[in-house]
This record gives sequence, C-alpha cells and structure tokens, in this order.
Amino acid sequence: MADERKIVLSAKDIEVKFRVRDNYLTAIRGVSLDLYDGETFAIVGESGSGKSVFTKTFTGMLESNGTISKGSVMFHGQDLTKLKTDKDWEGIRGAKISTIFQDPMTSLNPIRTIGSQITEVIEKHQGISKAEAKEQAVQMMERVGIPNARERFDEYPFQYSGGMRQRIVIAIALSCHPEILICDEPTTALDVTIQAQIIALIRSLQKELKFTTLYITHDLGVVANVADRVGVMYGGQIIEYGTVNEIFYEPQHPYTWALLSALPQLSEKGQDLYYITGTPPSLYNEIKGDAFAPRNPNALKIDFVKEPPFFQVSPTHFAKTWLLDPRAPKIEKPAVIQNLHEKIAKMTAKGGAFHVRTE
Amino acid sequence: MSGQNDREVLLSLRNVEISFDVGGKHKFKAVQDASFDIYRGETFALVGESGSGKTTIGRAIMRINPLSAGEILFEGKRISGKLSKQDDMNVIRSIQMIFQDPAASLNERATIEYCVSEGLYNFHLYKNEEERIAKVDRALEEVGLLPEHKSRYPHEFSGGQRQRVGIARALIMEPKLVVADEPISALDVSIRAQVLNLMNKLKNEKALTYLFIAHDLSVVRFIADRIAVIHLGRIVEIAETEELFAHPLHPYTVSLLSAVPMPDPIIEKQREPIVYTETTEEKTGPDYEMRELLPGHFVYCSPEQGKEYLKQLENQ
Repeated sequence: MADERKIVLSAKDIEVKFRVRDNYLTAIRGVSLDLYDGETFAIVGESGSGKSVFTKTFTGMLESNGTISKGSVMFHGQDLTKLKTDKDWEGIRGAKISTIFQDPMTSLNPIRTIGSQITEVIEKHQGISKAEAKEQAVQMMERVGIPNARERFDEYPFQYSGGMRQRIVIAIALSCHPEILICDEPTTALDVTIQAQIIALIRSLQKELKFTTLYITHDLGVVANVADRVGVMYGGQIIEYGTVNEIFYEPQHPYTWALLSALPQLSEKGQDLYYITGTPPSLYNEIKGDAFAPRNPNALKIDFVKEPPFFQVSPTHFAKTWLLDPRAPKIEKPAVIQNLHEKIAKMTAKGGAFHVRTE
Repeated sequence: MSGQNDREVLLSLRNVEISFDVGGKHKFKAVQDASFDIYRGETFALVGESGSGKTTIGRAIMRINPLSAGEILFEGKRISGKLSKQDDMNVIRSIQMIFQDPAASLNERATIEYCVSEGLYNFHLYKNEEERIAKVDRALEEVGLLPEHKSRYPHEFSGGQRQRVGIARALIMEPKLVVADEPISALDVSIRAQVLNLMNKLKNEKALTYLFIAHDLSVVRFIADRIAVIHLGRIVEIAETEELFAHPLHPYTVSLLSAVPMPDPIIEKQREPIVYTETTEEKTGPDYEMRELLPGHFVYCSPEQGKEYLKQLENQ
C-alpha cells in the first residue's frame, strides 16, 4: 500500500510458543504485519494455521501456557509484547484495540443484563457517571440496530437472538471508540442472512467511526466482501499478502492456489472438487523449508531444504514461495482458478438473487 | 406433486407436522405441512437457517422425532408411527445417518473396528468373525481408509478421516437412503472437498440416495440435484438446483440466496443482500399451498401471489 499511509500497528517477526506438557509447540513462526489506518485487513487460513493466536498477541490474550518468544508489536510507540499484567494492558485492550469473537453467547455474561454489560465498559474506560454511561449505551445499542433499545436495556442475553447478541458484542467493542477492531470469525456461528447484516453493520460503523478492522476468517466469500488487503496463513506463517484483488486474481503461493481451487463455486457439478492431500505440519517439530511442500504436488527440491523468503510481486503484493525466484521453473496456477472472476460472474449472470449495492 | 413421474420415489413426506411440548398446554410446531418426494438416486438438499426445522425433518425420517400429523413413506410403505419388528429392522438398515461433528458422534473409547461394526453387532449381520472383519475392511476401503486403521481410536484421526469413519459405519449397513445432517460444516475447506467428493463417488458406485441437510448454499449448489428451502418450519420452495439459483421465486429464497457471499472481490463488493422480514411479509393464509409455478418448481403461495412472482420473474 502507498507508503504515505499511516501505520497504526506494526508486528515484527512474531514468534509464539506454547508449552504443552513437556513439549514446546511453535504456533507462530516469525510473522510480520503492518496495519494501515482505516483499512480492513483479512487474515485467512484453516484451523490451526495460527490466525487467532497471532492476533491475540495484539491484546495480550494468549492462553497462559503461551509466550511471545520473539518479535515486537509496536502501537503508538509502545511495544505491546512487553506488557505483562492486566494493569499494563489497561487503556489498550478493550479501549484502543477491541475484539469481537465468534460466539456471542460465550462472550456475553448470561446472568447480567445487556445494559449493565455495555455500561460497565463505558464507565471503566471513560470514567463517567452511571447516568451518562447509560445514555451512551442506549445510543450505541440504537446505532448497532437494536429496536426499542431503551426497553431492551434491562433484558438478558437469552432474550436476544444470535444476530442481536452479536450486535451487542459489537456495541460493547465499539463503546470506547477503539482504533483497531479485531473480528475473530464474527459471523461463523450466524446464519447467512444475519451474517450479511452483521458484515454490513461493521462496514457502516467503520465508515462512520474510522477504525481499522482486522478480520480473521476461513470463509473466502466473506474475505472477498470485506477486505482491502488479505494475508494468507499456513503453518504459523503468513505465506502471501496483497490487495484483495491480487490474492483472488493473481495468487502466487501454491497454498493460496490450493485454497482457492477447493472452492465449490469453481467446480462443475459431477466433477471432483480439488482437495489438498495430507495434513498440516505438526508444529511440535521444527519445520524445514516451505511448510506446504509435503502437500504441494509441484514442490521444488529447494522447498524441502530452505525456507523461502518473501518475493515482491507488486508494490503491494508479496509471496513466500521459491516459485518466484528467477531460477525457478515456470509453473502456472491451476486451470480451475484461472479466470476466476469470469467463472463466478457467469454463475451470478444466470440471474436469480444477485443485487448490486447502491451506496 | 406432478412432473418427473418417470422417476421412482424412494421417500415421501405427506403433510408432515412435528410439534414439541413446551410446558403446559403449549405446543410448538417445529415443522408444518411438509410434503416432498425424494427420488431414488438423487441428492435432495434441505436448506434453511438455524431453527428452521431442517434437522427436525431429518430426525423424523430417522424416526427419532414422532410426527403429530401426516405420514412418511419409504418405498411406498408407511414408516412413521408403529411398525412390526421386521419392518422396523428393515427401515433401520435402509436409512442411515451421517452426523455433523465426527468428533462427537464416534465413541472415543472404542476402536474404529468397533465403531464401524456396531450396526453389524446390533443386527447380527455376519455369519462369523471372518465375515464381519471382511465387511469392516471393505467399508473402510470404500471411504479411503486402510485396514490397519481398525485398531486405532477416533482421536488418532484428523477431522476428515473421522468423517470418513462416520460414513463407513453408515455404509456397512448397505443403506438405500443416507440422511447427512450438515456433514461438512465442522470441516476445513480442503477437507470438506474430500468428503464431498467421497459422497459423490459413493452415490454413483452404490446407487445411494442422499438427503443432504445444510445451510451452506455454495456447497449445496455443488452437490444437490434438487433443493427444498425451509423457513420457520414451512417448506417455501422446491426446485432443481440451477433452476432455483437462476429463478428464486419466494421472497425468502430470494433473500437467502442474495446473502450468500461469493469468493470474488469485484462481484462481492457490488453485492447488496436483500433483507426479508417475515413480520411484514408473513406469507401464509387459507389459500396458500405448494403450487407448481414453473415445471418442477414449487412455491408456497396463494394463486394471486403465484401470478405476481411469475410477473416479477419476467421483468428481471
């Protein structure tokens, strides 16, 4: 992205280890990421790729057996990896960097009213009176689309539907006007029509309140919808990043190819879907070379020996694969993901329920 | 339902209603007046959101949920309500189920051999140990696992492999109909593809019929021959897959399909989902029923609405 854009958060070479019984597991293996002011960055990857663990280092929410063993996370001139106690995190976690989790039922306290859970955050971080906090909370509830907010202020989470609960979680997360909103699979537990509403809500709030959004998701449809830039994670590393168009239309890493190829939308009925053979690497062992090599049918010899560096594809697009080395043989991306846009356009052009956004 | 009369109906739901007691005199109708046919050899998908009643219908076909009205026919014979012991055994064998979460649906303290053999034990479907083991080996092979996996435990397998075990234990009963309730929702993208391919392969090789219950419409579009859309316990539309995606007629279907994200940033960034609010558009009444508005394409509507839907389609 253009260099003049302001960087709000900069993670450098993060490594995270977990102690599991007497073993150490390296969940994140040297990940760097710059978040630009006001952008939406999506991290996509399968379960176990490390996407949640990586972003938890931004809020100090790693499980107690996990440690950041290397790297730094710079935010307003402060290295967040140096913060240890909850007191250190005060004023950052929940205030400047907020998180929305997947399941709204587990992020809300079931035995306290919705209203008290929103005002708690406002009172704590803004130090204002109860009455003022309530006013702000009701406004926030209205802003996230809760009808009759004032009446519903004293209700409990179980009286809300799943979509409404997630709206409350968003209200709580945004009640202190954070600079960064981390959305960790925010719509995975929701129905598709509700998902569309929640995504639209986050988008409109972002426009209005001008925060930076970091999405974590495994759903490439959601990524295509929300993201300005995308990072693909595999085996505890970001292996490719670029603008959303670059990742979908000009992917360079064989894992990104594989992920896109497995999309059911790209296959004709009756044909086999593409799938990735084998299993993700065990993070207990040291990974040699390119982590995806054992599952990559076109892996080069060097992929098993030496870890590839990031090669630059465009000013905004980088990929960690030896295929981009000038000495590498030329390997085309799989046929199934060539002309991806034309293929999907053909599906939507059949008519039916495709409507163009007017805004 | 008319049309496609040349095809053999395997399973048929007739005005099925399923209600649950919710304390006192109150009854909650989870499914109302559901009627559809599943033809032999097809993949019939039931799609809807959580709470729509799709799993309840699946469970009713498995005869876990009793019906409060209507009937279910399998190969022309009624299977809802009380059955003779012989019929009961036949139906259990003929209709098998694949579950959503393979980690939760396998007994974690039993070996794969036991998990897969369980149905055989229950019905004594083997003459001797040799035959039982041969059957287990064959079932495992069909789903792409190896005979040596028999002695392992479920936790030793990946999610995709566990789902294969779940499929193997359904297959060993030689079913005619497999009810697959969200069989891939708990799986990652790449593993999901393996399981879908396997289900398609087995359908062709063993002439299986599937009732595929799901909420992910992109997967349903890939695997299903026909789709029934269910909303708040009522089936609102039934059509062949591509027909449904090209010409959704019921406003709920239109809204549902419009909300499915497409993995294409150019298209996705222009897309506007259509919101359907059943409070303002509650579409039911005395003259409402499933009407065949286009060949093989049924919509729950009144006669006037049917005309209106078709007119809207022409104007598109």
